[in-house]
Amino acid sequence: MLSRRLLQGIPIVLGILVVNFLLLNATPGDVVDAMVGQMGASDPELVARMKERFGLDQPLLVRLGLYMWNLARLDLGFSAFYNMPVETLILERLAGTALLMLSSIGVALVLGVVSGVAAARRFNTAWDMLIGVAALLFYATPVFWIGLMMLVLFSVHLGILPLGGMSTIAADFGPVEATLDVLWHLILPMTTLSLFFIATYTRLMRSSMLEAYQQDYVRTARAKGVPEGRVAYRHVLRNALLPVVTVVGVQIGALLGGAVVVETVFNWPGLGRLAYDAVLQRDFNLLLGILFVSSVVVVVVNILVDLLYAALDPRIEVG
Amino acid sequence: MLITKRNAAKGLAALAGAAMAGDARQAAAQARGGTLTVMLANEPPMLTSAFNTALPLGSVSTKMLEGLLAYDAQMNPRPSLATSWQASPDGLTYTFRLRPSVKWHDGRDFTSADVAFSAMQVWKTMHPRGRAVFANLTAVETPDALTAVFRLSGPSPVLLSALHAYESQILPRHLYEGTDIATNPANAAPIGTGPFRFREWRRGQFILLERNPDYWDAGKPALDRVIFRIMTDAGARSAAMENGSVDIGFFSPVSLAETERLKRNRNIEVTTRGYEYASPMFFMELNLRNRPLDDVRVRRAMMHALDRRFIIENIFLGYAEPATGPIPVSSPFYTPDVPRYDFNPRLANQMLDEAGYRRGAGGWRFTITHDPVPQGDEHAQTADYVKQAFAQVGINVEVRRQDLASQIRRVSQWEFDMSSNPLFAMFDPALGVTRLFWSGNINQGTPFTNVSGFRNAELDRIVAAQATERDPESRKRLFWRLQQIVMEEVPLLYLLEVKYATIANTRVRNHTTDGAAAFGSFADITVQR
Repeated sequence: MLSRRLLQGIPIVLGILVVNFLLLNATPGDVVDAMVGQMGASDPELVARMKERFGLDQPLLVRLGLYMWNLARLDLGFSAFYNMPVETLILERLAGTALLMLSSIGVALVLGVVSGVAAARRFNTAWDMLIGVAALLFYATPVFWIGLMMLVLFSVHLGILPLGGMSTIAADFGPVEATLDVLWHLILPMTTLSLFFIATYTRLMRSSMLEAYQQDYVRTARAKGVPEGRVAYRHVLRNALLPVVTVVGVQIGALLGGAVVVETVFNWPGLGRLAYDAVLQRDFNLLLGILFVSSVVVVVVNILVDLLYAALDPRIEVG
Repeated sequence: MLITKRNAAKGLAALAGAAMAGDARQAAAQARGGTLTVMLANEPPMLTSAFNTALPLGSVSTKMLEGLLAYDAQMNPRPSLATSWQASPDGLTYTFRLRPSVKWHDGRDFTSADVAFSAMQVWKTMHPRGRAVFANLTAVETPDALTAVFRLSGPSPVLLSALHAYESQILPRHLYEGTDIATNPANAAPIGTGPFRFREWRRGQFILLERNPDYWDAGKPALDRVIFRIMTDAGARSAAMENGSVDIGFFSPVSLAETERLKRNRNIEVTTRGYEYASPMFFMELNLRNRPLDDVRVRRAMMHALDRRFIIENIFLGYAEPATGPIPVSSPFYTPDVPRYDFNPRLANQMLDEAGYRRGAGGWRFTITHDPVPQGDEHAQTADYVKQAFAQVGINVEVRRQDLASQIRRVSQWEFDMSSNPLFAMFDPALGVTRLFWSGNINQGTPFTNVSGFRNAELDRIVAAQATERDPESRKRLFWRLQQIVMEEVPLLYLLEVKYATIANTRVRNHTTDGAAAFGSFADITVQR
């Protein structure tokens, strides 16, 4: 079953790659324009030589074929801008992105589900209103603004948290101190990013709980004398979790590029910013590499979400 | 625990700083050690500027790699890796005596072979400006390890102006010879002769340099470490400057409004000195192939339609001066004796009427596109102003917004009517100015050339003559005439001399001592702690 699903994913990923390749090459300007643009000086022979070095003098289909051939040998190619293998660049950033995204989604999931359940159980009370207003506020406020305000408050005025970055530069820390140092740098970006996710999950959880409360099996459970708390957690919550799992799945799928804004504001070395810069620099090998890794993650996460559905709700079968 | 320790350290540092403020001058003389943290708005593509002139790259590279010469504030050559230099009477031979017992960071000796290799294999063949500057260079002879003799096929008065560490960098031959220079791994981890050694580059985060204890200028540098922090968000850069977690930023690192705000902080100073070497000029290119921009009367009227004062006061917030021509006022080649185009929309309207471009439907005389350079808010806002100013004289401007690669492509392929550009004039006009007007530099597909398609026989003769004119006064007069021709014919609309701001914490000393502060070696910078 699982291997069949994984096999189905291969043509999807390949299709995405071909479409990406063609789309990217349809954008005006190439990496030579971007690089020369930053140099502020140029020369015809220099431009010709750069185009040749990056293979831009070849026809589009030849370049596509070459790219696919390299990919078949698990070679993601060379980044024209950074002058480095794409794999190295992506691996350098993967840990940062995964740490930031997984920790903020994890925190947000716990807090979002708790406050969503709390709001639904105290439906139409002051608590519900308070949680609803807070969620709406965080949902509607731009992430970059929250981030900047947190920086101004905690780093500039209070001076208790670091101003961006992922670690203290050139500090001679032992493994324990180094880990604590990264966590200390993680607090602000993680909080900023999770505020947005908390808002999403709270709203989703609340409405999905309220819907589940209307179901016949809830009335049955109450009729047979199940205590209210047990109804909420055993009968309602488990069913209400399904839509949240779906949304988390989609968001983890967007994990690799989803945090561009937070990464930029907090100077966090993640893949989102790498991808954004790659677009501006027309560094297509790098961008294709990131998109390739992202699409693989999306396919894998989708399969995992399906498995999780089955675990949460035995009526669903993974096929 | 971690947090409190840090705070305690910070508090101590603040106390120490307050104590020092009383006798700052004496303390500065004693300052040794410490770390300087520099903010970079963009990640450099590599760390060798011998064949790539990108700004962030030049800012980092010049601490590790050096040139034959350095320059003082008046742009006079000073010794660096060359201790003395002499031109032959016919101007066809330059002899450089090199500094003895200079070591590369890997311990190898620096010799004349490195100079010969860099000049012939790198500057002359791969540098975007070097190909023109060293066009007459035929060979570099190395009679001994400490002598390099440059042989020229014709005089080259610009040569001695072009040997700065940013412009013409000496690379170690033993690492580059026989390799693909463009992709050599040393480009990302340079081995140089400079006051700082490369230690680590974490992409997206920082570049770390450390003191070179064997630097030839004994006792220097004062700093133990230089950290370049890559910070792509302008708001975060401003906050970092404010809380003191970075020490300095060059090339207007935060928005000009933020610069004005930070200036009021007594721990922060702002200077616009230190950019004379580059001399950025902000102008608008016109595509003279397209009607009616081929008509000089239209171009002159356009000059009269723009209020430079308005742009400077409201958009550049004073961080610019009006440009009277292609060469900045600070340059020894500058002349004020050129046609002036004062802001006068009535005159502009009248000139356009007389040229035969009468207002038609909707009050428009004609429509042109405008591709402003997508770098910084000021250029976007200037484009909005230009659209309104030209509307006053009946010229309809369609502003096209795009990212840099798209704009560069459009302009270099000549698919534009008007574009804007903040380009370095450089301290010798032969490096940064003539390229924009010389008809021999009309090259479709190559950015920063004569994209206007301007052709003027007298100007072409001047460009040829100045390249070999050895009398400095005659060479100046040639450039005076060039400025007059450009302002008579107006192939480009010159607007402003941009004044970049350097923002520094007051604990940083000696950061601006010459005309290329950002490209300096940082050997003399000290930081009070």
